[in-house]
Amino acid sequence: MFWALAALVLIAPALVATEFKPWTLFEPDALKSTRRFIADFFPPKIEGEFLLLVLRECWRTVAIATAGMALALLIAIPLTLLSTSVLSVSALTGRMHALPFVFRQGVRGLLILLRSVPELVWALVFVRVVGLGPTAGVLAIALTYGGMLGKVYGEILESDDPNATHALLRNGAGRLQAFFYALLPQSAAELTSYTVYRWECAIRSSAVLGFVGAGGLGQQMDNSMKMFQGAEVATMLIVFMLLVGLADYASAWLRKVLA
Amino acid sequence: MKPQLPTPVMPAANEAYLLPRKLFDARCAACWFLLGLAAMTVASFWTLDLQWAKFISVDAARKMGRFMAELMAPTGETVFLRRLGIAALETIAMSALGTLLAAIAGLALALPASRVHTGDRALARTPTRLLLNGLRSIPELVWAALLIIAAGLGPFAGTLALALHTTGVLGRLFAEAIENAPPGPAFALRVQGVPEGRVFLYATLPQILPQLMSYTLYRWENNIRAAAVLGVVGGGGLGQMLAFHMGLFHMRETSSILIAMILLVAMVDFASYLSRRILQR
Repeated sequence: MFWALAALVLIAPALVATEFKPWTLFEPDALKSTRRFIADFFPPKIEGEFLLLVLRECWRTVAIATAGMALALLIAIPLTLLSTSVLSVSALTGRMHALPFVFRQGVRGLLILLRSVPELVWALVFVRVVGLGPTAGVLAIALTYGGMLGKVYGEILESDDPNATHALLRNGAGRLQAFFYALLPQSAAELTSYTVYRWECAIRSSAVLGFVGAGGLGQQMDNSMKMFQGAEVATMLIVFMLLVGLADYASAWLRKVLA
Repeated sequence: MKPQLPTPVMPAANEAYLLPRKLFDARCAACWFLLGLAAMTVASFWTLDLQWAKFISVDAARKMGRFMAELMAPTGETVFLRRLGIAALETIAMSALGTLLAAIAGLALALPASRVHTGDRALARTPTRLLLNGLRSIPELVWAALLIIAAGLGPFAGTLALALHTTGVLGRLFAEAIENAPPGPAFALRVQGVPEGRVFLYATLPQILPQLMSYTLYRWENNIRAAAVLGVVGGGGLGQMLAFHMGLFHMRETSSILIAMILLVAMVDFASYLSRRILQR
């Protein structure tokens, strides 16, 4: 009884704040337009020309994700190398010197800043600057995923056994040598599998980015929704689900093979 | 010519070294896939009509600079800040309610989606899992855009969108949790003739409850982040304010909203980090 009351007290403000009125769903007006829209879903539109358009947008969605990931790697890899504390020479003797420590924390802060702005917001900003089209989507994915990859790469590298790296550094190897001959071989599999997983996420999010005008399947879906073209929306939803399923399957398979 | 004597087979002086795997091997499927991936990257840049010129040109740089300068000057009007606070609360309420609805619906769907014992025919398992996969594979934002037609603009559509997507995610996770629960207690009740519903309530549920709670809290954390941007398509909360003010080129307001968004996300990150630290100790 007490818990029921407590739950009610907690939930009531949330219900008010979100204007939670399920009955509006069943008002005749809303019901009519919903029914018309849903009825239009069947059968999905499968004309040759339209299907070709959807396929092209599909490829553009994947291409935006892939290009975005490539740029994200360009951002993430140097920043990871700069921020990982395993490659610190001064830390070999115990504590890192003050200056490199501050520098590394600064780079880490930059990564966190890049990551903490959602890609959709980046896309909105870039659409303002470069106009509608895939450029905004590629840049948005590059920045957010660059931050995300950089942070997680750093964590992966620091969670591994540092002995091999430290042995090389102690014997006079350069930081890059130590990275390529000790740190990278140790954690290559984990790094690759995380990258592949993120690529899958990027495909999903690049489809969503289209809704703010960054090109690809999302933009086409947004257009059709605004014109109440249920049949077109249905086709695109099905294609989108297939695409996500395919990316999911490919990434799972690839991670299994690489492990 | 002297006939060649067969050379005696000498044992190797030392054990053969295990060479590191070759970087490229024609039989290695993953290598081919990675090669394909590289080709795909090139093709991606090739086929997209990317407007680097527009982005790197002096004009774009100036535009970007002005844009950034405008973004650096957030507004601090009290009236606006109060509205911002309300929108932030709305975002949190949307995510909380959406997650709660999803946890209830997810649990309800997880029961038919799991095979509770080996003799269970679980006829509903495949169709329910298909339904959950369908709910899950459509992102919140797409759900919101679809639901706006039925529920109208505003936070209600956003809440429902979050609830639908999260139901798919949580339902799947809950079903896995139910199937992976230690079967002993449930079996003990079942052999006594206890009906299936009570077996779940008294044996399976108490075992998996902590796991269900942690999944739900984790999704709530994700949903706060998602709710912040859902409004961009008209789903209420901070995102709707952002889309509105950005559309009207109110740069000072836009800047404040962006800062509020980043603060909200950072706070959620910090809270989740802190609670993890406390719970792990």
